[in-house]
Amino acid sequence: MSFRTAWRKSVNAVMLSLTALCALLAVSLLLFILGYLVWYGGKSLSWAFFTQLPKPVGETGGGMANAIVGSGKLLLLAALVGVPIGFMAGVYLAEFGGPTVAFFIRYTTDLLNGVPSIVMGIFAFTIVVLPMKHFSALAGGLALGVMMIPIAVRSTEEFLRNVPQTLREGAMALGASKWKAVATVVVPAAARGILTGIILDLARVAGETAPLLFTAFGNRFWSSGWNQPTASLPVMIYTYAISPYDDWHRQAWAAGLVLLALVLLTNIGARYLLPKKAHVARG
Amino acid sequence: MATATNPNVVEDSIQESPGGPKVTTTRQDPETKFCVSGLNFFYGPAQALYDVAVCIPPKRITALIGPSGCGKTTFLRILNRMHETVRHTRVEGQILLDNQDILNMDVTQLRRRVGMVFQKSNPFPKSIFDNVAYGLRINGWKGKGTLQEAVENSLRRAALWDEVKDKLHKSAYALSGGQQQRLCIARALAVDPEVILLDEPCSALDPIATAKIEELLFQLKESCTIVIVTHNMQQAARASDHAGFFLLGKLLEFKETKVLFRTPAMKETEDYITGRFG
Repeated sequence: MSFRTAWRKSVNAVMLSLTALCALLAVSLLLFILGYLVWYGGKSLSWAFFTQLPKPVGETGGGMANAIVGSGKLLLLAALVGVPIGFMAGVYLAEFGGPTVAFFIRYTTDLLNGVPSIVMGIFAFTIVVLPMKHFSALAGGLALGVMMIPIAVRSTEEFLRNVPQTLREGAMALGASKWKAVATVVVPAAARGILTGIILDLARVAGETAPLLFTAFGNRFWSSGWNQPTASLPVMIYTYAISPYDDWHRQAWAAGLVLLALVLLTNIGARYLLPKKAHVARG
Repeated sequence: MATATNPNVVEDSIQESPGGPKVTTTRQDPETKFCVSGLNFFYGPAQALYDVAVCIPPKRITALIGPSGCGKTTFLRILNRMHETVRHTRVEGQILLDNQDILNMDVTQLRRRVGMVFQKSNPFPKSIFDNVAYGLRINGWKGKGTLQEAVENSLRRAALWDEVKDKLHKSAYALSGGQQQRLCIARALAVDPEVILLDEPCSALDPIATAKIEELLFQLKESCTIVIVTHNMQQAARASDHAGFFLLGKLLEFKETKVLFRTPAMKETEDYITGRFG
């Protein structure tokens, strides 16, 4: 074996192991975080965590029932804002917009997607919190909803574009208008995909903290109605983790575990929902 | 410029439609369903059809043949204005359907009268029943019982009823390729069109499924006018009454199928149908 061949082989071996090592690292990070959360969060997780309110400072125990419900309320509001706008805009983009308009909308939504989440928080703070003069679930829901729009638009567009053109033509050849063909054939054909995209989108904003810090703010008690400061899991984690109390640290771990579990389960569930028959339609 | 001969020449009721964009044929022979004159068609700057003039007889099967890219599918799609789904297209000339100008007609009305079956079967991702009922429902069908009858009737006309009557509410994708294509024909038949356009409906089917569809077309011509684009010379020869030969965007010949296949007037037609083309 010549020196050149030996050199090539060793470079090959080194690069192969280096890339494999990095791939391993990428995968093990998730497992590491998961393990860490399960280890620390699991110890502090109890039934009380899901059913009780936070205890006053100095007392141990209690839970984050209000934050779990609060997160649910915020996500509901976010969906009410983000899903209709994102879905309809995606339909327009895939079905009706000309190439120039489509390019413009796509470019703008990509930019919106790149807006830092804290800026979304300032936006909602300025247009809801300042005029109303107090923090509220509405403001937090709006911030999260606006964050949902770009992904909802793009995933709706993507799944609609995957519907074969022949289905649109088939419907229109029967005397359906473009709009009717889209509403009765194209959207139903892509419905599961679109729904999956929206669920993943919801799971993504469920973990957002920054836009909630000065919109929904936080609350150590139940918030009645939509018009008051509202607790949420991410903000609760932030507040508890930077506190000086050991018991709060434990609770923050538990909250982190619950949040991660919810997001992971949603992800897995949504991917399971994804149509496997989509390819059949494409022939 | 090539001018297509009138198919009704044999019946001695000649209606001249000489090539030229200025033709204004307002009166139409009762023995024609579609009367096309001076038809030019453009995809953006590229011209795809040149001065096509033809009269398509009612309740007959008319076959359009020619090499790929010659414009026969384009021509077929203009007959129910499906070309409008493609951007930047332009039509010149006149197309009359029973003396009515289709280019100025309400497009959904036109498509209810002129149905289309596509090259690749395209059932909707719905049940067999809902596929057939689709055209009826979007056109405002009322009454559940009669809808069922209408669906059954269409499936019978498409010779599919016996094969699917026990699984009407199963997905249309559970059917075989040939059955899917007949389902698409049943779907088109449900709105009771006067004309059915078929764009190479058998190109993906085996000979048995093809024979079924041809037999079906034969029965349908009692009630419908049928225009079919095909690449299959034998199919055109055995299944059609009239045939037109397209080449490079021009309709070179249009005659009774027997005449066209036995004594083609043009050298190009003869070369194509005998397989000596190119």
